[in-house]
Amino acid sequence: MATVSTAAHRRARAGRPVGAVPTALLLLGALYCLFPVCWVLIAATKSPGELFSTATLSFGTGFLDNVAELFAYRDGVFWLWAGNTLLYAGGGALLSTAVSAVSGYTLAKYRFPGRDAIFNLLIGGILVPAVVLAIPQYLLFSKIGLADSHWAVLLPQILHPYSIYLARIYAAAAIPDSLLEAGRIDGAGEWRLMSRVAMPLMVPGMVTIFLFQFVAIWNNFLLPFIMLGDDGKFPLTVGLYTLLAAGANQPALYNLILTGALLSIVPLIALFLTMQRYWKTDLSSGAVK
Amino acid sequence: MRANRLGAALAVALTATLASCGSGEPTESPEAAQSPAATQDAPQGPVTLTYWTWAPNMDKIVEVWNKDHPDIQVTVSKQAGGDDAAAKFLTAAKAGNPPDLVQAEYQHLPSFIAADAVADLKAETAPIKGEFSEGLWGLVTLGTDAVYGIPQDSGPMMLFYRKDLFDEYGIAVPKTWQEYGEAARTVRKKDPKAFLGTFSSKDPGAFTGLAQQAGAQWWSISGESWKVGIADEATRKVADYWGALVKEGAIDDMPYFTPEWNKALNDGRLLSWPSAVWAPGVLSSNAPKAKGKWAVAPLPQWNAGESYSGFWGGSSTAVSAESPAKAAAAQFATWLNTDPAAIGLLVEQAAIYPAATKAQSALGAAPEYFATQPDFWQQAAAVSAGARGFTFGPNVGVTYNTFRDAFDKAVQNKTSFSDAVQAMQDATVADMRKAGFQLAS
Repeated sequence: MATVSTAAHRRARAGRPVGAVPTALLLLGALYCLFPVCWVLIAATKSPGELFSTATLSFGTGFLDNVAELFAYRDGVFWLWAGNTLLYAGGGALLSTAVSAVSGYTLAKYRFPGRDAIFNLLIGGILVPAVVLAIPQYLLFSKIGLADSHWAVLLPQILHPYSIYLARIYAAAAIPDSLLEAGRIDGAGEWRLMSRVAMPLMVPGMVTIFLFQFVAIWNNFLLPFIMLGDDGKFPLTVGLYTLLAAGANQPALYNLILTGALLSIVPLIALFLTMQRYWKTDLSSGAVK
Repeated sequence: MRANRLGAALAVALTATLASCGSGEPTESPEAAQSPAATQDAPQGPVTLTYWTWAPNMDKIVEVWNKDHPDIQVTVSKQAGGDDAAAKFLTAAKAGNPPDLVQAEYQHLPSFIAADAVADLKAETAPIKGEFSEGLWGLVTLGTDAVYGIPQDSGPMMLFYRKDLFDEYGIAVPKTWQEYGEAARTVRKKDPKAFLGTFSSKDPGAFTGLAQQAGAQWWSISGESWKVGIADEATRKVADYWGALVKEGAIDDMPYFTPEWNKALNDGRLLSWPSAVWAPGVLSSNAPKAKGKWAVAPLPQWNAGESYSGFWGGSSTAVSAESPAKAAAAQFATWLNTDPAAIGLLVEQAAIYPAATKAQSALGAAPEYFATQPDFWQQAAAVSAGARGFTFGPNVGVTYNTFRDAFDKAVQNKTSFSDAVQAMQDATVADMRKAGFQLAS
C-alpha cells in the first residue's frame, strides 16, 4: 500500500510536464463544451437591437425584458411547454428506468429459453438510431389512434435498448448470485427478491439510466415534432422551434428563443448537480469492492 | 442552418417512407374527392376543424370567426413554418390524420397535390377567383382547372436599398440589372469594405423569384405529364449575371439571414437587398440600427422600360383531402382570405401582405421601419401587379436542396452558375422519374 502511494506520488511529481498535455486537452474539451453555453447565457441578455450589433461576448441590457416578453408570449405558452417537457422527460424517464431495471435484472439473473435471443435483439436495437424510427412509429400510432396524444411521445421512449443493456451489465456486477440464493433459502418469493434485494442494489445504476433518459427526452426534437399536431402538447424543443421557423415573412424571434433555450437548460443543470452524489456513491462502492 | 439540415434529413426520411408505402395504397377515387355537396347539405351539429398555421396571432383572428359561426368551430394549432411544416403535413396526411386546414406555401402546394393530400376547391372558390391577380391564382391552380388552395399572402419582390448611402456615394437607383452591376462596382470603389449586395447560395426562394422576373417557367403541366425547364434561357441568364458579379468581386457572396449578414446590414456594409414585400419585418428585427435609412424601389429590369417582378414566399390556405368537413373548411378559408374584416386582421395581427388585390390597395400607413417612404404600399401594389406567373413542381424540395449544394460549390470555386442551374434541372428530372411522374420531353 505504502509503496504504491509513494510510487504514485513520485510519478505525479516527475510526470508533471507529461500531465500538462492531458490537462490542456481536457481544458480544451471543457472550453469546447462550455463555450456554447456561455454564448447562450450572454446572448440571452441582449435586447433584439443589441443581438446583432454589439460584440459577441459583451453582455446586453435586455435580459429581464426578454424574460418578461417570453413569459408573456402567447399568454404564457412557455410555461405550458415547460410543463409538457417535464411530464415527458420526468414521466418517460421514470417509466423507462423501471422497465429497464426489471428487464436488465431478469436478463442478468435468470436463465430461460430465448434469453440470449432477446438480449441479442436488444443489442441490435441499440444500433438503430431513434431518429430512424420516428416516422414508422408515427404511422403506427396513427393506426391505433394515439397520434397527437401525450402517450405518443411517452410510450416510444419507455423501451430503450441501451438502458436495458446498461441495467443488465449493472445487475450482473452489483447483485451477487449468492445473495439471491440466500434469499431463496430463507423463503423469499421472486417478487420479494427483486423488490427488496435486487432493486436497492441497483439504485446507482438506475440513477444513471434515469439521468440518461431524462436528458435524452428533454432534448428530443424529432419524435414530438412528428407525433404532435396540437401546439398545446408541444414540449419546449418543438415549441421554441415554432418561434425560430416563424415563416418566411416573419422575423425569427431570436431574443425569445435564446432566453427560452437558456431557461430550458437550467432544470437540467440543477438535476445534474443534485443527482451527482449518487454517481459518487456508485464510484466509491465500486472501489470498496 | 441546423433547421435546414434537419429539414433535409426529414425530407429524405419521409421520401423513403412514402416511397416504400406509397405504391400499395389505393388513391382516393375522384368521386370521393369531388363530392363536397353531400356533406355541405347535412352538417351534423357543430363542426370542429383543426387548422395548422404558423402565422402569428392566428388564434385571435380565428376567435372572431368562431364567435360568429357557432356551427363551425376552428381550432388553431401553431406550427413551425418552412420546409419542415410541409414534410410534417405530408406525413400526417399519409398516416390518415391530417388537420382539416393547412397553411401551404406556394412552392409546397404541388407536392401536397401529388400526394393527394389536399382537396380540389373548384366549386367553392368559383365566386372568389376574381379577388386575386392571375399570377397568384396560377400558384394555387398550377395552370389546371382545379383549385387547391386559397391565396393568403404573397411576396412580390422589390429592391430595398440604403437611401442615405446611395445619396452619399452619388448612386442613382438602378433601373436595370446592368445599372445594378455598375452601381455595385461604384460602391466597391467608394468604400472597399462595403458591397452593393450579396448573392445567397442558401436561399433558393430568392433565386427562384429573380428567375420568375426574367420569365422563367421551371415546371408546367400539359395534360397528364410534367415539363421541367429549370435550365431555360431566362434562368441561365439570371444565374450567369450573378455569377459574373460574384466572380468579379463586385458583390459579396455571404448568405442571407446569417449573423454576419445581420451585422453587415447594421454596419451599413450592405447597401441593397433584392427581397420581397415582407422585408421590413426582417430588417426591423435584424438591423434595427438602420431604421429610416432604407427605401424601396421596383426591382431592376432586364430590359429598360419593363416592369416585371417575381414572388419570393407567400402561402395559401388549403383543405385536406381527408377532411370530413371540406365544405365547412372551404367556407372558413374563403372568409379568412377574402372577407375585408378578416384580411384587416391578417394584416394587423399576423403582419402578412395580403394576396387579395383589393386588400393590397387598401393598405394605409407604411411600415414603421420605412416611415420615410409614405407610398410604400402603393409601390408594393404596383409591383405586385407586375409579378409574373409561375408554376411550382411536385418536388421543389429536391430542386431547392440541389440549388444549395450546387451554388455553394459554384460560389466557393467561382465556377459557372449556369452549370449549377443545369445540376438543378438534372436532379429534379431524375427525382421526378424515380417518383414515377410522367415527363414530357
